[in-house]
Amino acid sequence: MIVDLAIAALGLFMAGAGIGAIKTKSILVSIILSGGVSLAASVVFLLMGAPDVAMTEAAIGSALTTVVFLYALARSRQADSETSDMPIDNPAKDSTIPPVDSSLGQTETGAAS
Amino acid sequence: MMRKILVALALAGFAWAFLPLVFEAGVIGEPGQLASSYLENSPKDFAAANVVTAIVVSYRGFDTLGEVAVLFAATAGVGSLLTKKRLGIAGEKIPMQNATEVLRTATRLLTGLLIMFGAYIFMHGHLTPGGGFQGGVVIATAVLLSLLSSPESHVAHGLMTAVESLSGASYVGLGLLGAFLAWGFLDPRALPLGRIGALLSAGAIPFIYSAIGLKVGAELSGILEALKGDRE
Repeated sequence: MIVDLAIAALGLFMAGAGIGAIKTKSILVSIILSGGVSLAASVVFLLMGAPDVAMTEAAIGSALTTVVFLYALARSRQADSETSDMPIDNPAKDSTIPPVDSSLGQTETGAAS
Repeated sequence: MMRKILVALALAGFAWAFLPLVFEAGVIGEPGQLASSYLENSPKDFAAANVVTAIVVSYRGFDTLGEVAVLFAATAGVGSLLTKKRLGIAGEKIPMQNATEVLRTATRLLTGLLIMFGAYIFMHGHLTPGGGFQGGVVIATAVLLSLLSSPESHVAHGLMTAVESLSGASYVGLGLLGAFLAWGFLDPRALPLGRIGALLSAGAIPFIYSAIGLKVGAELSGILEALKGDRE
C-alpha cells in the first residue's frame, strides 16, 4: 500500500516536472527538469522490483543525458555568438535580454558541474 | 484553433490507450510462462545468481552484441562530426573557465572510487543487479568529473582506442569460444560454470560483462570528450 502511494506520488511528480519542462522559458531549467523525471522514473523502477533497469535509468537517463544536453546547450550558444551578430530565434531568450556573449557558454559548463 | 483541437484529440487518444495500464501498474504476483521458465532454468543452465544477467548475456546474447554495435556506431559518428575542423574553429583556442576548488577537490576524492565502483558493478553483474552497461556509465561519470575539473585536460586517445577495440574483440572471441566448445555462439558454458554465487561462476558471463563494461566506459568517455569541443 505504501509502495503504491509512493509510486503514485512519483508519477504525479514526473507528470508535473514534464509539463514544467515544456512550459518553462529557460532551456537550462527544462534540461534539469527532464533529468528529474528520469530520476523519479528510476525510483519507480526500483519500487516495482527492477533494480537493473533502475540503475540504467539513473546512470544514463538522469546523469549522462542531462550532461550531454548541457554540453550541447553550451556549445550551441558558443557557436551562435561566434558566427553571427543577428538576433537568434531562441525560445529560451526573451527579446528584452541582450545577445548572449561568449562567456555564457563557459558558465553553462560550470553549471553542469 | 484547428491545430489545438487536433493536439487535444491526439492527447485524448493517448490517454485512452494508456488508461488500462494505470490499473495494471505495480508488482505482478505470478510470473508468466516465459518468465517462470527463465527463473527455473537459468540457475541450472548457467549458475547465474542474477537471472536478468543470464537473460541479457546468454539467452538474448546476440541482442546485446547488437546493442554494443549500435553504441559503437553512435560513438564513431559523434567522434567524426564533433571535431574542431568540422565545427569551424580549427586552430582557435577555446577559452576555458577554471573549475572551482570544491569541484577539483571532490574530483580528486571521487574519481578513484567511481572507477572502482564501476568495475565492481560489471564484475559482479552475474551476482548482483547491474552489469556491463551500468558499470561502464559509472566509469564514464568518473571521466566526466575529471574533464569538468580540469578543462584543459584530454582523455588518453590511444589508451581509450586500445581498451575499446581489445574489449570488443574479446567479447566476440568469447562468443566464438562458446560456438566451438559449447552449444552455440555466445554460449557462456565454454568455461567451467562453478558454484552458484561465487565470483568466478556462470562460465564466461563475468568475462563477457567485464568486456562490455570496459567497452561502454571507453566509448562514453570518448563521446563526452568529443562534446567538450576541442578535439583536433
